[in-house]
Amino acid sequence: MATRHRSKVGLDPAVVRKARGLARRAGAPIVKMARTHSTVSVERATLRLAGLTGADVDGIPWVNRLVDAVREDVGLEQGVALPVWHAVARGDGEDLSAIAQKAAAGSIHFRLPTGREATRAAGAARRAVAGGLKRIDTQRVRRDRRIAKLGDPPQRPWLYLIVATGDIYEDIPQAQAAAREGADVIAVIRSTGQSLLDYVPEGATRQGYAGTYATQENFRLMRAALDDVSRELGRYIRLTNYASGLCMPEIASLAGLERLDMMLNDSMYGILFRDINPKRTFIDQRFSRQVHARAGIVINTGEDNYLTTADAVDAAHTVTVSQLLNEYFAREAGLADWQLGLGHAFEINPDLPESFRLELAHALLARELFPQAPLKWMPPTRHMTGDVFRGYLLDGFFNLAGALTGQSILLLGMMTEAVVTPWLSDRDLAVQNARYVINAAGNLYEDFRPAPDGFIAQRARQVLAEAVDLLERIVDDTLLAAIADGTFGLMRRPADAGKGFDGVFPRADGYYNPAGELLEEGS
Amino acid sequence: MSAASSTEPVAGKTIIRPYGDATGDGMVQLSFTLPVPHDKRAEGAALQLAQKMGIDPAMVVHAKAMGPEFTFFVVYGRVHHLVDVSKVQVVDRAYPLLSPKDANAQIKRRLHRKLVVVGACIGTDAHTVGIDAILNIKGYAGEKGLEYYREIKVVNLGAQVTVPDLVERSRRERADAVLVSQVVTQRDAHLHNTKEMSAAFRESYPAGRQPLLVVGGPRFDEAAAADLGVDRIFGKGTTPSEVASYLVHALAAARTPA
Repeated sequence: MATRHRSKVGLDPAVVRKARGLARRAGAPIVKMARTHSTVSVERATLRLAGLTGADVDGIPWVNRLVDAVREDVGLEQGVALPVWHAVARGDGEDLSAIAQKAAAGSIHFRLPTGREATRAAGAARRAVAGGLKRIDTQRVRRDRRIAKLGDPPQRPWLYLIVATGDIYEDIPQAQAAAREGADVIAVIRSTGQSLLDYVPEGATRQGYAGTYATQENFRLMRAALDDVSRELGRYIRLTNYASGLCMPEIASLAGLERLDMMLNDSMYGILFRDINPKRTFIDQRFSRQVHARAGIVINTGEDNYLTTADAVDAAHTVTVSQLLNEYFAREAGLADWQLGLGHAFEINPDLPESFRLELAHALLARELFPQAPLKWMPPTRHMTGDVFRGYLLDGFFNLAGALTGQSILLLGMMTEAVVTPWLSDRDLAVQNARYVINAAGNLYEDFRPAPDGFIAQRARQVLAEAVDLLERIVDDTLLAAIADGTFGLMRRPADAGKGFDGVFPRADGYYNPAGELLEEGS
Repeated sequence: MSAASSTEPVAGKTIIRPYGDATGDGMVQLSFTLPVPHDKRAEGAALQLAQKMGIDPAMVVHAKAMGPEFTFFVVYGRVHHLVDVSKVQVVDRAYPLLSPKDANAQIKRRLHRKLVVVGACIGTDAHTVGIDAILNIKGYAGEKGLEYYREIKVVNLGAQVTVPDLVERSRRERADAVLVSQVVTQRDAHLHNTKEMSAAFRESYPAGRQPLLVVGGPRFDEAAAADLGVDRIFGKGTTPSEVASYLVHALAAARTPA
């Protein structure tokens, strides 16, 4: 991806600069809000980084019990670290686990330390959290070594396949089979509804709904299984999960600790599609992205979802706007361009005349706006009808558009989309489809130069212009107001409504979070 | 959709066979996977399956190994079964399935305002998967949820909502319909919770004024609505448009002057 040429669709650098400037202006107030607030999930993630694991007999994690207990006694406006490590220093329990259990039983109470006591508690908290970050750093080095030894996939785009049985022990052989069939990236879809759980389930899980719960143990088991198959195949198979929903910061932390390689992490998906409070989402997202930056994890954003609800032609510019916002938030949180798997999708109605040209225009626009980003190109879902033959052809065109426009990661379409959860044979056929197209098209991207003032180039410039217009309106209106007005994906989400809002609080003077501090400092 | 049209024989014929490239040739195609390595024996196994399915002669036109343990087959062949079109029975849904656009149009025309739906998981049930599949814009099975419908106002209360809270919120929102999803079935919790819920609505609303009560979940018997005191039960695999179509149908019927 190092050698990108002059714009194939004649994007005006001044317009591109303007678009980025507007995204920054739209996003800056959100970042300011995120820096002055925290959430229960950010505090819980801090405890996880400090090594607190496990759950009570009802399956509620100790990090939840501990944060709840602190909140009850002294509130969370100063952060969870000072009262908790003050309790450790006082000898209320030998470690975090003991403190959490006693606090849950009501046998100890928290107090906010001041002066020297506070300094001492902060120092202890910082050392504990630094231990977790060190483990994340070690995992990153381990990944780099394995990639150096085994190598990346021989071709671009990388092929991304999904498994989702609900049972981690069933997912493992399926994921290994998918890797043998040719997948470069395996995503384990989460159980429906996990995004709305305000805790991360514990342990290996065997029952999920249309997916498998994201837990630390499930992460560990799957990464180990893919390490085995990576050795067997001689290429490093990447593992993806979801840092989204109410526990974004915690899941990001667990992903770093267990060496996941990519995480879905969109700036607005939870707000729009899960009705999670906007403030909660933006605060959690910033922390989770700081962790991803540290862990060397590639994030995948979710712009494809807008096109499953809004029209893929009319709303094409909302994808561009969201990509620019995701880029701004991601860079602000410390992610490098190679970590920005910005999303987009092949969702134009195939009955529309010139639909393929329009897809090429949109895909090239994304490619040229974000030349260094590993773009993630999503297959048709909305116009898959159950006619598996037509669907297979459509997926072939999707793959061709991906090869022709230099996409980085192809999530492979299943011809049985909208019919069944993918069968073994569906995945095999999908890989054959992609392999044929990528092999046959080769480096067609190099030769593909749309006419400078032709349909494709004009369409790309038009979408960018519409994106700039929309960004101008968002800047005038503020991003939170734009989200409340239904600008994205047709969903209206007010800033003070939605799930998880009661877990948002302003940071008081003297707020201390060692994880935030260490992540801002960088490694 | 008249009853007559669904049994009308095609071009006067009532006895038919599949059509490949000639009338009456009976040709069909199918594909499947067998959990065996690809070899001659595997192809024989595929033929045996096809023959047991009534395909004779059957041709394995394609066989491909998928990893060391599975083989994928494409089979073509002739079936000798006869289909009697005059004996086909079509069960018509009691209400037409509407697209979101048509549902919106009908709500607008008949209600002259938005249709208000309040949804929740009641009792200790934290499995919002059902209610979210129906209500969230993300939807289910390729269909958008009710939030996507411009003329439907959705209030999703989420998990572990108490019955009194549900009744109170439904009154406050002037709900036209209340959707409750129940996944947990330990000790028949789903049945007890549903009865408790319907009783509470009967008590707090004047007769005939309560919202439509709809429950859904994988373990409900769709025929038990009357026993549980609700208007409708939806089972596993129900899609948002089925629910929306039902709501439009039921509310329009209720509001049409006698």
